Amino acid sequence: MELLPDIIIPIIKILFIAHLLIIGVMAMIWAERRVSGWMQDRLGPNRVGPQGLLQPIADGLKFMFKEDLIPNHVDKPLYVLAPAMLLVPALITVAVVPFGSSIELFGETINLQIADINIGILYVLAITSLGVYGVVLGAWASNNKYSLLGGLRSSAQMISYELTLGLGIIGVLMLTDSATGSALSLRTIAIEQGAYLWQWNFLIHFPAFLAFTTAMFAETNRLPFDLAEAEQELVAGYHTEYSSMKFAMFFMAEYMNMIVGSAVVVTLFLGGWHFFGLENVGGPVWSGLISFGIFFVKTAIFLFVFIWVRWTLPRFRYDQLMNFGWKFLLPIVLTSIVVTGTLWITTGSRLVVGIGNVVAAFIVVSIVAGLLVMNKAPEPAIPDNDRQITPSALDAIE
Amino acid sequence: MNPEQILFILFGAVSLIGAIAVISFRHPIYSALSLIVTFFAQAGLFVLLGAHFVAAVQVIVYAGAIMVLFLFVIMLLNLGTLSAKGAMSRKLKGFAVILGILLAIEGVYIAVNAINDPAVASAETATESVNTTTYNIGELLFNEYLLPFEVTSLILLAALIGVIVLVKRGNQEEN
Amino acid sequence: MPLEAYLILSALLFTIGVVGVLIRRNAIIIFMCIELMLNAANLAFVAISRSLGEASGQVFVIFVMAVAAAEVAIGLAIIVSVFKHRQTINVDEVNSLKG
Repeated sequence: MELLPDIIIPIIKILFIAHLLIIGVMAMIWAERRVSGWMQDRLGPNRVGPQGLLQPIADGLKFMFKEDLIPNHVDKPLYVLAPAMLLVPALITVAVVPFGSSIELFGETINLQIADINIGILYVLAITSLGVYGVVLGAWASNNKYSLLGGLRSSAQMISYELTLGLGIIGVLMLTDSATGSALSLRTIAIEQGAYLWQWNFLIHFPAFLAFTTAMFAETNRLPFDLAEAEQELVAGYHTEYSSMKFAMFFMAEYMNMIVGSAVVVTLFLGGWHFFGLENVGGPVWSGLISFGIFFVKTAIFLFVFIWVRWTLPRFRYDQLMNFGWKFLLPIVLTSIVVTGTLWITTGSRLVVGIGNVVAAFIVVSIVAGLLVMNKAPEPAIPDNDRQITPSALDAIE
Repeated sequence: MNPEQILFILFGAVSLIGAIAVISFRHPIYSALSLIVTFFAQAGLFVLLGAHFVAAVQVIVYAGAIMVLFLFVIMLLNLGTLSAKGAMSRKLKGFAVILGILLAIEGVYIAVNAINDPAVASAETATESVNTTTYNIGELLFNEYLLPFEVTSLILLAALIGVIVLVKRGNQEEN
Repeated sequence: MPLEAYLILSALLFTIGVVGVLIRRNAIIIFMCIELMLNAANLAFVAISRSLGEASGQVFVIFVMAVAAAEVAIGLAIIVSVFKHRQTINVDEVNSLKG
């Protein structure tokens, strides 16, 4: 084990990414409030610092000086553990995301990625699936009816949408050539997508891309999928009983999940650090930095989409959420897998696969929508089978 | 001690402690959490054994899906500790533990002595796992084990239908 | 690490699962102990697979996991319906057929 490449450089990369994430969270909090202000034709916070840029720091200070309440009726160990169990998965997912090509410094080639493990994408799926524990345990430990409802909703929602998340990437994996490395490694997937827009995966797998992105929104518990913390129905859902820094940790975890999710989508579908050959400009150092810049900008644009969607779409009702996940997204990704595999084997052309995917998705959506319209029975908004699953929960909502 | 031994002892100890915690906590939610810890330690052991794919699947399937389902049911039914009515007598529990210790001794004895198969003994020197990559697993799964693989999908389908029938019937009885 | 170390650990985990089934009366915890036993078997599979330098053991593990997932879904559904029927999941109180 050499000191420089094996110890110092990884530590620098980890520190850099961890701090970038935390600064990114602050930037996102500021951006969310300013962008929402802009979308609603008002100002948003603009008092603290230039353009209100220091507002997140002021918020953070306020959180730290608030009293850290632990209510009497909570289950103490789990109540304290829950925020950490949400924050830690959010932080460690980023370890396998490649945030740039590579830099040559001190005679070493440094990959701009903390760990290039050969099952990277499975690691991402595994760790994101753990995020649900923070929500569920926080909800249960709070010993509060509304929190528990939020936790139940959230666990059902996350399990349902995880399927779409996992199946949505299979098409991408099928077309990733494993000649240059393991096809499950995020770096290989990013490299395999060429420099130009039409080589990126989102055009070849357009329906899967949309389904994956939607599932990503659901996994981060953001509007229009924020049923776990719907203010009008559940006070604040799973974090009703939390205050001070524990609440701030829930809050930070949500934004970190968004940032990491955007980075993963950019890597899988939007060409990673590629942008029309711009990433190859300059020497071995500059090209690496430029590739990082491209990745950063792409992620930022995708994060803007997150905010945009939040302030545009209203919240789903619970049965609508389940119907959408199981009856639309899941058939779309399943068809996408079949169509991608069949067309790739028979024609071997990415263009055909791309067109076939869109056509197939269109057909599937029409069939499902047709079936739903035909089967529509005059009944209450919440179907009976849902009532069976959570009797008390749904009665309380009604 | 090399790093592998240290990690083995760490993961092994965590998984044993977690497993004991599963059967000793009174409240099922704590048991479920201990079980998750055990599964994680096992995923770590799988990584030590070079089975990265299995380790990832272990976390996705067990920690990510099965245990969430357990927690969901525990929370939904609000299962606290059981009433004392059904508690076992200490004598029976002691008897069960003695039986367990006997079983453990037997298991350890088999583990130490049964590997007289020369194939296993000679292969042990080749610790570098060249033939157990994700690629090899996929190849085996879709060639040699294709029929079992398809049967597995049938099992899952049967389970799916079974669950729906179970839940639906309960529904009709209530109405 | 030698193969024996993994096999001993696997045997111990399996035993803990068995003891759990014997001493606990809560159906959910008994169920978790069964999962524990399946996992102990998985550990032995993977260890032997490594030692033989062959991937078959890992393929078996994947089958075991699929079966475990199916079993959990069915089992939990049964537990939920038993609880609805009897308001308890103590296995000693749910001891008659045609309850």
